[in-house]
Amino acid sequence: MASKKMADGGLPVIARFEVRHRNYLAPDGSINRPLPAFASDASLLASLYRAMVLLRNFDRKAVALQRTGRLGTYAVSLGQEAVSVGIASAMREEDVLLPSYRDNGALIWRGVKLEEILLFWGGDERGNHFSGPVQDFPFCVPVGSQAPHAAGVAYAFKLRKQPRVAVCMFGDGATSKGDVYEAMNFAGVHKLPVVFVATNNQWAISVPLRLQTGSETLAQKAIAAGFIGEQVDGSDVVAVRAAAEAAMAAARDGQGPYFIEAVTYRLGDHTTSDDASRYRSADEVQARWKEEPIARLRSYLVGQKMWSKAEEEQLAAECHERVEAAVERYLATEPRRPETMFDHLYAGLPEAYAAQRHELAGEGDG
Amino acid sequence: MAEMTLVEAINLALARAMEDDPDVVVLGEDVGINGGVFRATVGLQKRFGPERVLDTPLAELLISGLCVGMAVQGLKPVGEIQFMGFLYPCIDQLVNHASRIRNRTQGRLTCPMVLRTPHGAGIRAPEHHSESTEAMLAHIPGLRVVIPSSPERAYGLLLAAIRDPDPVVFLEPTRIYRAAKGEVEDNGEALPLDVAFVLREGRDVTLISWGAMLKETMAAADALAAEGIAAEVIDLATLKPYDEVTVLGSIAKTGRCVIVHEATRTGGFGAEIAALIAERGLTSLLAPVARVTGYDTVIPMARLEQKFMPSVDRIVAASRKACQFS
Repeated sequence: MASKKMADGGLPVIARFEVRHRNYLAPDGSINRPLPAFASDASLLASLYRAMVLLRNFDRKAVALQRTGRLGTYAVSLGQEAVSVGIASAMREEDVLLPSYRDNGALIWRGVKLEEILLFWGGDERGNHFSGPVQDFPFCVPVGSQAPHAAGVAYAFKLRKQPRVAVCMFGDGATSKGDVYEAMNFAGVHKLPVVFVATNNQWAISVPLRLQTGSETLAQKAIAAGFIGEQVDGSDVVAVRAAAEAAMAAARDGQGPYFIEAVTYRLGDHTTSDDASRYRSADEVQARWKEEPIARLRSYLVGQKMWSKAEEEQLAAECHERVEAAVERYLATEPRRPETMFDHLYAGLPEAYAAQRHELAGEGDG
Repeated sequence: MAEMTLVEAINLALARAMEDDPDVVVLGEDVGINGGVFRATVGLQKRFGPERVLDTPLAELLISGLCVGMAVQGLKPVGEIQFMGFLYPCIDQLVNHASRIRNRTQGRLTCPMVLRTPHGAGIRAPEHHSESTEAMLAHIPGLRVVIPSSPERAYGLLLAAIRDPDPVVFLEPTRIYRAAKGEVEDNGEALPLDVAFVLREGRDVTLISWGAMLKETMAAADALAAEGIAAEVIDLATLKPYDEVTVLGSIAKTGRCVIVHEATRTGGFGAEIAALIAERGLTSLLAPVARVTGYDTVIPMARLEQKFMPSVDRIVAASRKACQFS
C-alpha cells in the first residue's frame, strides 16, 4: 500500500496495533498448536461434530424441500458449519443471540426446533416464536441491521448488572455497513458485554471480499472501535469455540466487547435462488473443499480414537430420523388463519383496524 | 397546576416517567449535561444519572437501533433525534425492526420504545431542520405516530407513549415549543392514544389539524366565528392509528371539512383523511373536502418558509369557500 512506502519523516509512532490469528487443527486434522483445555473433553468435541453433521443433513433436506416446492428460499451453511456451532457452543443459556440468516447452526444448538426453522423459511412467522431460547432474536434479514440491537441488549445487561452477553453474528458483507460500525463504536465507548462475530465466507452473494474492503483483515475493524479483534480459522471448530470462550469470558467479566472474524468459505450458493457458478470457478470451490470443517474434525477425532465408524453410522441414522420427523411436523402444520396477520401487529388491535380484520376473517365485507 | 411551555411539559413528563419506572432510559445526542438542543431533557442526567440519561455518539441510526435492542430486553428507551431532518437514517430500524418485531416473533419479543423528534418549520432554522414528513411514518404498520399541540397534551401523550407496549414516534411541534403555554398538572396521568381531541365545537365546518398548525387553525376558527361561521376544530393528535370515529362523527354533523397540515400536499396525511371521508362520509358532505397544506416543494429556507406554510388567511378562505359551496 502507498502509505507503507511513504517516508516517516522522523515522526513519532503514537500507536501500534496487531491482529492475532487462531488455529489449532490443520485441514487434514493434524494439530498445529497445543489444543485448548476444553478439547480434552471427548464428549464435547463429539457434540460439536454431531451438531455440524446435523446441520449439514438438515441443510441438504431443506434444499430438497425447496427444490420440490415445499419450502421457500433457503440459505445453506455448507462449509461454514463450524462458525455457528462453535460460537453458540460457548454461550450460556441466559445469553442472547442476534443471528443473521445463515446462522441456523447456532439456533439449533441453542434449542430452536428444526421445524421452527423450516416454518420460518417456509413463510410462516410462527417459526420465529422460538420454543427454546425465548429472548434470542429472530434471523436478521436486512444485513447488519441487528448490530445496534446487540449493543442495546448489552447496554440493558450492563445497566441491570446482569452477567450476560449479547452475541451478534453477521457476514463479511455486513462489515461494510454503517450499522455494524455504529454499534461497535458505541459498544467500545461503554465497554458493553457484546461479542461481534463476522463469518467471513469470502463472498457476499457475488461480491468477493476484495471488493468489500481494502482492509487486510475484518478483525482490525474492531481496533478503530477500541477493542480486540481476533481472526480465527473459521473452518476449525476448535479455534472458533476457543475464541468464543475467550471473548465471552472477557465480556462477562466487564472487559468490554470483542470481535471475532471467522475466516471460512461458503461452499454452497448464497441461497437456493442463487447460482454461484455465475461468478466463481469450480476450481476455486473444489480447492476449498479440502478445508471444510466436518472432515477436518472427523480426521482429528478418528486419529485420536475418539470417534468410530459405528458412531458415524449411528449419527447418520439419528440425523436422518430427526430431520425427517421435523419435516413431517413442519408439513403437517396448517397455515395460520388469514385474520391472524392482525393479531401481533400491536399489543391490542386498534379500533381503526377492526373492520379489516373482520373482512379477512370472512365475517363481513369490511 | 403550573403554567409552562410545551417543551417544559415534555421535560416534566420525561422526569415523571423516569421517576415512576426505573426501566425508562433517555438517550440521544447532547441530551445529558447539555439538556438537549431544545432543553427538553434539561436536568434529567443530574437527577437520574448518566447510565439512564446517556449522550450517544453522533449516529442517528444507532440511537434508533439501540432503542430496539433495549426495548426488546424490557427497558423503556426514549430516544431523541435532534431534528426531523436527521430522522431518516432511523427509517430502516423503524420499518424493518421496531414496528414489526412483535409480529415477526408472534408476540415473543416486543418493542416498547419512543423516538422523539422536533417537527415542522417556522423557527428560521438552517437547512434540513424544518421537516414535517409525518405521513411517511404514518404509513408504517405496527408503529404509532403521535404529535401534541399544547403543553397539557404534550405531557399526557408523552406519558402514554412511554407506557405504551409498542413503538411510538413522538413528534414535537418545534414552532410552539416555547410559544405554547398552558397549565399542566404533574399528576402522572396519561392521555389516551389513538384518540382525537375536539378543541372547539361547531356545526358549520370541521377543521382537522395536528401539531403546531393548530395555532393557525384555532385562529382561523376565531376569525370565522366573527363572520358567523361556527367551526369545529379537531386535533388528530395520533396519526397512526387515527381516530376515524371522531372524524366521521364531526363530518356527519357539519358536512364540510378542511384539513390543515404543514407537510407537502401530495401523499400527505390529509389525503388519507380525505379518502376516509370519501369512502365512509360521502353522503354527509355538503361541499368538497379541502386541504390547506404546504406546497409540493422542498421546504424553503428561512426567507420563504412562512410563504410555504398554511396561513390563517388560507384556512379562513378555504373554510369560507366550503361554507359557500352550492
